Amino acid sequence: MARSKWLYIRRRIYNALMYVAAFLSALFGLVWLFWILAVLLRKGVPAINWDFFTKLPAPPGTPGGGLANAILGTLMITALATAIGVPAGVMAGTYLAEFGRKSALAKAVRFVADLLVSAPSIVVGVFVYSIVVMPMHGFSGLAGAIALAIIMVPVVVRTTEEILLLVPDSLREAALALGAPYWRVVVQVCYRRALAGMTTGILLAVARVSGETAPLLFTALNSPFWSPSITKPVATLNVTLFNYAMSPYDDWRSLAWGAALLITMGVLVATILARMVVGRIRI
Amino acid sequence: MNAENIAAASMAESAAARAVSPPNGLLVRIDVKGLNFYYGAQHALKNVSLPVYANEVTSIIGPSGCGKTTLLRTFNRMFDLYRGHRAEGEVLLDGINILSPDMDVTSLRARVGMVFQKPTPFPMSIYDNIAFGIRLYEKLPKSVLRERVEIALRRAALWEEVKDKLNHSGMSLSGGQQQRLCIARAIAVEPEVVLMDEPASALDPIATARIEELVDQLKERYTIVIVTHNMQQAARVSGYTAFMYMGELVEFGETEQIFTKPREPRTRDYLTGRFG
Repeated sequence: MARSKWLYIRRRIYNALMYVAAFLSALFGLVWLFWILAVLLRKGVPAINWDFFTKLPAPPGTPGGGLANAILGTLMITALATAIGVPAGVMAGTYLAEFGRKSALAKAVRFVADLLVSAPSIVVGVFVYSIVVMPMHGFSGLAGAIALAIIMVPVVVRTTEEILLLVPDSLREAALALGAPYWRVVVQVCYRRALAGMTTGILLAVARVSGETAPLLFTALNSPFWSPSITKPVATLNVTLFNYAMSPYDDWRSLAWGAALLITMGVLVATILARMVVGRIRI
Repeated sequence: MNAENIAAASMAESAAARAVSPPNGLLVRIDVKGLNFYYGAQHALKNVSLPVYANEVTSIIGPSGCGKTTLLRTFNRMFDLYRGHRAEGEVLLDGINILSPDMDVTSLRARVGMVFQKPTPFPMSIYDNIAFGIRLYEKLPKSVLRERVEIALRRAALWEEVKDKLNHSGMSLSGGQQQRLCIARAIAVEPEVVLMDEPASALDPIATARIEELVDQLKERYTIVIVTHNMQQAARVSGYTAFMYMGELVEFGETEQIFTKPREPRTRDYLTGRFG
């Protein structure tokens, strides 16, 4: 009797200790996020005004100016990277989950994708510099988008595959038993079932590359002007932030804080939107 | 196993089937002759021969792992999906061997529909669940397609329950309704044969009773083969019963005869619960 009571008390104590430890660990993770947000808001908000969104950067030493070109450039490059990277990634992921499965080619693709996911993004930047920038004799937004697409593809490949593998085989068999060809089963049944997960995966990949700076340094470079074409250097928020943060001018450093805030908010809003979209997709 | 062996074995085995005098006026829809099935090296069906009569319900009973489902899945070549699964022998559907390599599997599956153990509604609306199969084969104007969907749902005794929510997700239905949706989906393409793999094993008794009633009605139009664990169910719904054990067809005959006067001691032992 006494023994079981002691056991019970000991369990209660362990339970309380572990509960507190888990709670503190969760808090530890959250603290940094809110700290970052707090700093960004404090330093970034003063920089954000109408000019920030509408004006070009001012020459060094001149007060005022904005980052309109960099905002547009980031949107453009991210959109272009998405347009290149997502279809390629989704199709490769579909191959792995639906067609390749255990084949040697699928295993190789999976392995390479896993390697690429963890490849340093600056390496991708240097690579694109050598295969796009050098042959085209100049930095360009296009090169930047290609670099971001390369970073995006393996992420999309692996999430697409994993989400598609969650679709039960019984569903595929049911569609095949009706006499449906396999491609129709994949497109009309599996994709639909996997839609929510795939959308999340894609949006997370977009969010991830929208914050990448290193691969853009050697590719899109930067520009203080509106870019006439994607075959010319294009300003982006990330690279502008990188350059301005280390400049000796107060105005530029302030703009850098504004850029940092905007990038973070962009990712945050995109993620929240993704959640909402996914929540609405009821299957 | 070579062709001669199969022929010899099939002759010996089909004696069991021939022992049953073919009932008058019944058409043989599927004729299984000397069927052997392999999962890689595992010999899962051993010289199985039996007829499946048109517009009758044939149930396949036997303990787990006896090959019931394997047999069922040869009838629509479902096993094609998996490497190392292969069938030898003959499965004649209206006299044509569906195991032949030049059989068009897609058109075979249009003629031989299947309902699975767990309900498998597609992630789309109730309407699209039914229309999916029809659209594979026919390009119909909307009004005709609507009619076909309604007919299928009526035959599956589901129409009254879903007619006001055809655009709701098929996955929002209850388990029993989902299974009837799957039956409606299977018969919407107007197959000749409907295969049912333990269609009621995941359902509660009331939903099960509805499915059984439905099976009884469906045999007017379709030939039904049903695999079941539940011997009472086999007795209730089927006109013919095949008892399988360890990959062999032990006995095939009229359900009443199998359940009241089994010829084989193994059938009797199974039915009285001595094994399985």
